[in-house]
Amino acid sequence: MEYFIELFFSGLTRGSIYALIALGYTMVYGIIGLINFAHGEIYMIGAFTSFVVATVLSIYGFPLLSIIVLAGLAAAVWSASYGYTIEKIAYRPLRQAPRLSALISAIGMSIFLQNYVLLAQSSDFQPFPELIPDFDFMEPYAHFVGSSDVVILFTTALAMAGLTLLIKFSRMGKAMRATAQDRTMAMLVGIDVNRVISLTFVIGSALAAIGGMLIASHIGQINFFIGFIAGIKAFTAAVLGGIGSIPGAVLGGFVLGLTESFATGYVSSDYEDVFAFSLLVLILIFKPAGLLGREEAEKV
Amino acid sequence: MSRPVLQVDKLSMEFGGIRAMCELDLEVHKGQIVALIGPNGAGKTTFFNCVTGIYRPTGGNVFLNPPNGAKPIRLNGLKPNQVTEKGMARTFQNIRLFQKMTVLENVMIGRHCRTSSYIFGAVFRTRSTLREERETVEKSHLILQKVGLANAVNELAENLPYGAQRRLEIARALATEPFLLLLDEPAAGMNPQETQELDELINRIRDEGHSILLIEHDMKLVMSLSDKIYVVDYGRKIAEGSPREVSSDPAVIKAYLGEDIDA
Amino acid sequence: MFSFEQLKKSLLVSLWFAFLTFPLLVIKVDPIERTVLWRWENMAFVAIGSFLISLLVHVFYKQQERRRVRRAAGGIVESEPLIQVILKEPKYLYPMSIAVLLCSLVFPHLFSTYQTNILITALMYVMLGLGLNIVVGLAGLLDLGYVAFYAVGAYSYALLNYHFDVSFWIALPIGALLAAMFGVLLGFPVLRLRGDYLAIVTLGFGEIIRLILENWNEFSQGPSGISNISRPGFFGMELSLDSAILYLYYIMIAMVVFTIFVVNRLQDSRIGRAWVALREDEIACQAMGIDKRKTKLTAFALGATWAGMVGVIFAAKTTFINPASFTFLESAIILCIVVLGGMGSIFGVIVGALVLILLPEYLRALSDYRMLAFGAVLVTMMIFRPQGVVANIRRSYQFKPKPESEGR
Repeated sequence: MEYFIELFFSGLTRGSIYALIALGYTMVYGIIGLINFAHGEIYMIGAFTSFVVATVLSIYGFPLLSIIVLAGLAAAVWSASYGYTIEKIAYRPLRQAPRLSALISAIGMSIFLQNYVLLAQSSDFQPFPELIPDFDFMEPYAHFVGSSDVVILFTTALAMAGLTLLIKFSRMGKAMRATAQDRTMAMLVGIDVNRVISLTFVIGSALAAIGGMLIASHIGQINFFIGFIAGIKAFTAAVLGGIGSIPGAVLGGFVLGLTESFATGYVSSDYEDVFAFSLLVLILIFKPAGLLGREEAEKV
Repeated sequence: MSRPVLQVDKLSMEFGGIRAMCELDLEVHKGQIVALIGPNGAGKTTFFNCVTGIYRPTGGNVFLNPPNGAKPIRLNGLKPNQVTEKGMARTFQNIRLFQKMTVLENVMIGRHCRTSSYIFGAVFRTRSTLREERETVEKSHLILQKVGLANAVNELAENLPYGAQRRLEIARALATEPFLLLLDEPAAGMNPQETQELDELINRIRDEGHSILLIEHDMKLVMSLSDKIYVVDYGRKIAEGSPREVSSDPAVIKAYLGEDIDA
Repeated sequence: MFSFEQLKKSLLVSLWFAFLTFPLLVIKVDPIERTVLWRWENMAFVAIGSFLISLLVHVFYKQQERRRVRRAAGGIVESEPLIQVILKEPKYLYPMSIAVLLCSLVFPHLFSTYQTNILITALMYVMLGLGLNIVVGLAGLLDLGYVAFYAVGAYSYALLNYHFDVSFWIALPIGALLAAMFGVLLGFPVLRLRGDYLAIVTLGFGEIIRLILENWNEFSQGPSGISNISRPGFFGMELSLDSAILYLYYIMIAMVVFTIFVVNRLQDSRIGRAWVALREDEIACQAMGIDKRKTKLTAFALGATWAGMVGVIFAAKTTFINPASFTFLESAIILCIVVLGGMGSIFGVIVGALVLILLPEYLRALSDYRMLAFGAVLVTMMIFRPQGVVANIRRSYQFKPKPESEGR
């Protein structure tokens, strides 16, 4: 039973990270119908930025709390900037082009960013400074759930609540929903569609960056390749929940995280990634609309 | 009177609870030009999509009776390519040509379902493949002459002017050797002279033995071409008959001009 | 030459990129020694580089604009690029091809075994590129798991050779067939998916195959791979290393010629046209009586067949394979070849493969930047020249004027 609970919490932790990344996929897909292949790389860049900033600050002897805040802020700001730039360079010129073109461009961007970080930083695993201390009040539960699990869950919940409020109630959120539904119509009623799309990338990227920092400090090491696997898994989560749907992405993230956690815990850890990939293949084949998505008929 | 080439019984289509088309009956007889008209959003294109297998209708039946007297064919559940193979071809309202292929190749694609060579034949250029290929080119060229595009065979489809693209769509559909041709707003976006030419072209196609069902907004064209007109509104048939009968039908006038015509 | 406005804009771009790359390109931390290295020179490079690129892009767009205006005015008809003229005219094309073929036949006698070996690799990528070209370039199906079929081919030869001592020539068709079978098996459920989902599913499939090879030790010997695979024997004779490479080189030349022959004939055939039509518009394609499923499946299986064949050759060439040779990056490289060369264009794909494989080999200094450049190539090509370096041209047909054709 204790093992079960341990797996459950580790699944939730994984799931919340997947959910944070999946939100970026789903928002971008909802608004421009593109699988932003480079999104996993944005997450990785977020993790790396926070790694660099946190390490520098800790070398210069900053207190822990300021390190956390500054590293998180830096990760979010820079990832968002990367997201913004990518959209502008690689996707905007292709908005009228065939889908295939934009997708290839996205794949190219992903390969580029991966190798950019490889060359700029290092190809080896880097030890990530421990940002989240073990809380005293967590002591009695420490053998099946760590403090960083709790922090991750809490932060994710906060981020999602914030996002939901933003999209439901803010002016920009309304504009985003309108653009997602009908871009031409949104443009006609005076919404600055380019700005809305940029903002979508910025928000999605910042969320992924936070996820990147949290999971890196949880696991304790990073390298340039983490974005690829995490990206595909988060995409799986997005598709599982129904791509384009925000609650779907969250649900999908948790379902995938728990599935993975239990499968590796009870079946075999060798095939950890195979489970996720197989799940992805199966959903796309049998229920491409996902759990919360809706089926769309192509207009003829 | 012989059996109609196209017989549609109580065809219905729902999209997630919304009725786009409700128990529509329609018949096209051999050698007839039949028009399907109605306001925008009345369900005309939905009707085409259901009949040609692009949508799966939620109710009703579609039968095709080949004019050579073969057995009737039930079209429900067939895929679009099977429907075309049975002898009914269509054009699209928003032109869907193969843009990056030449005009001739577009028509040759139409011959696909009347030919059979495959990888082996293509790689080894067997005699039957070569013959088939020669026939395809010749027949396609003939069709292009018929629609007046013979001097543009090697142009890319995307480089054709609008009216020519519409005619190329008709040529491509004709290449599938249909006995029934479905035209979805063939005159949309054409100038009066082009429309006049289209009128002649459609008549010529009919004279060659094809039956035609068309959706069209240009009333002048519809009135001059059609043997019979069906009027739909909100997915229901509101009138049918000869051009003259339909044009004086109060329900039709109401649908086109609005409720408060008498007010 | 440049307006003040443009210079200001480029300056902003350069500042933005300096900011963007600051944490990762300037700072380098050593978390163990706890030291920080500030590499300010990198910031200078980025700033200057992005400034120049921004101006370059501006010039490009301006030129394109000017060309468009000229064309709209109905002015100068642009002359066809030389390469297209050569490719179109048999009287140029045939002598050229024969010359190229002769050069490649004498190549190993003029250059070292090392060079020949590199060229073999390049030719393998030519074949892979042409195979993927059928799937992506002609049929428009973005297959990101192409490497899986390559792995199937390589492992079928390796395992057959290891367990049953099967020779290269017997394994070649078996590998091709197995890969084709995998193609059909995957294709059946997957090919009804929309384009972008297809890309992801094939990517996932490729990774699944690799992970299975990595973890199923009893079957594939896991990450340590299979070694001592036989090179192709010459009528049962064992060859010395040098002559084995020479032999393999000639096999490759023959295979590439065969591939070009097949793809060229398919391209303008009934099935080839159906692929292109499918790429252009699926719904119209079906409405014209083309069986979407069958057509897609054929393209997929044929592409897989080629990957399988090259896989067998790869195993025979290196005599050692392990799952690390079959990562997603390999698929990406092949895709890059097709995209750079020109989707659907045989000559383009050949050029793409030679450039992308040979250039990093000979410019060793740049080989670290290889994947970075590949990524950049994919993006740049899509934005500025989606048709590739050598665009595919459709075949044109000539008709003798007939008397009755005089209409309009």
